[in-house]
Amino acid sequence: MNKTLITVGIIVAIIFVIFLWIRGFNNTMVVKNENTAKMWSNVESQYQRRMDLFSNVVNTIKGSADFEKSTLEAVIEARSQATKITVDPTKLTPESIAQFQQAQNSLNSSFSKLLLVVEQYPILKTTDAFRDFQVQIEGTENRINKSRDDFNATIQDYNTYIKLFPNSFFAKMFGYSEKGYFKAAAGSENAPNVDFKEKSPEVKQ
Amino acid sequence: MMKKILILFLIFFTAIVQAQIPDRPSPPRLVNDFAGMLSADEVASLEKKAVDYDDSTSTQIAIVIVNNLDGDEAGNYAFKLGDKWGIGRAQKSNGMLILISKEDRKAFIATGKGMEGAITDIHCDRIVENIIVPNFKNKNYYEGLNGAVDAIIKLAAGEFVNDVTKEKKPPIGLIIPIIIIIIIALAARKNRNNRGGGVIGGGGWMGPLILGSLMNSGRGGGGSFGGGRGGGFGGFGGGSFGGGGAGGSW
Repeated sequence: MNKTLITVGIIVAIIFVIFLWIRGFNNTMVVKNENTAKMWSNVESQYQRRMDLFSNVVNTIKGSADFEKSTLEAVIEARSQATKITVDPTKLTPESIAQFQQAQNSLNSSFSKLLLVVEQYPILKTTDAFRDFQVQIEGTENRINKSRDDFNATIQDYNTYIKLFPNSFFAKMFGYSEKGYFKAAAGSENAPNVDFKEKSPEVKQ
Repeated sequence: MMKKILILFLIFFTAIVQAQIPDRPSPPRLVNDFAGMLSADEVASLEKKAVDYDDSTSTQIAIVIVNNLDGDEAGNYAFKLGDKWGIGRAQKSNGMLILISKEDRKAFIATGKGMEGAITDIHCDRIVENIIVPNFKNKNYYEGLNGAVDAIIKLAAGEFVNDVTKEKKPPIGLIIPIIIIIIIALAARKNRNNRGGGVIGGGGWMGPLILGSLMNSGRGGGGSFGGGRGGGFGGFGGGSFGGGGAGGSW
């Protein structure tokens, strides 16, 4: 009689401890998961900012000179491709992040080519508008890098947490899986480095 | 396996990178000349201007002059330093950092996340190119920095107000010590009546001591706080930087 009561008590206690454990894990995961989504939305809005800026530059070039059409069209094409690639912020799988990054990189490289062509049009590159674009492009690259660093730090925290024991066990149970990092792709860091400022005669005087 | 090594490498690498950034000054100061480009008077004058501005608007304009950037990019260095020190208030992220690297001859103005709207990258670029660079070329370091601070103050006018006003603080900070002093005074008097003058000295000392420690702990809101000089800078508040700003070289 007494013995069964103790056994039942122990079982209830164990279940209760396990419940607390799982609840603790789940609540932490909800916060961490939400954090990664928030960081991702920051990354995404910085990339969006860059795409908007690129569009402004393209429109300025279009309006102000009879410009070589093919490079312009390449940027427009790459931009529309990049807009199509979206990432599910609740999943953030390594594959989707890599895909997103690839699309953005190809947009960036086509834009760099465009800026190289601009170099050959002195009337274009010395305008105030282009000086300002240069500053904005730099600022946007800085923001993208910063948001990517912050995102990676959050993902690292998340990934580490779900790999720890016994979290790894619960993570499988609740379907939390590892999320993807941004990788430093060769050349993508030092994006458009065409400098209108240095070569502008108005500034030099 | 490869991935794990990579991640470990990344952690290790960031640790190294962060080690280059100077530690937050103690006692906290807004103007930090680690490279000796300014005279003591010039530092004090800039510090006063920045502290006054922080008092009235809660916007923190920090000036940091370093010897070199250890090979880092000026912008990167500025964001890391701004985040590490927590320039600006935590909720508003209204910090500004003017970073000068003496040996690299580089200047960078970084805007805290909350300042990006008022002071755009183009503004920062103009301030660097039109105020800092020409002055620095003529070795007028103080004039360059002073002009930059003025320009920032002008641009940020009306953006933030300091809602943690100094008028509000003293009552909360003072009432409790005053009550304690009264109690101690009463106790001392009672003691005097009972046992003579023995404890009066202790009672007389305790009041100011408690008052002093309460005043110190009552200062400011977010990060860590030191004593500071009388009426000086209260401390950095934990603001963060999102990559805004622009720079140039002289």
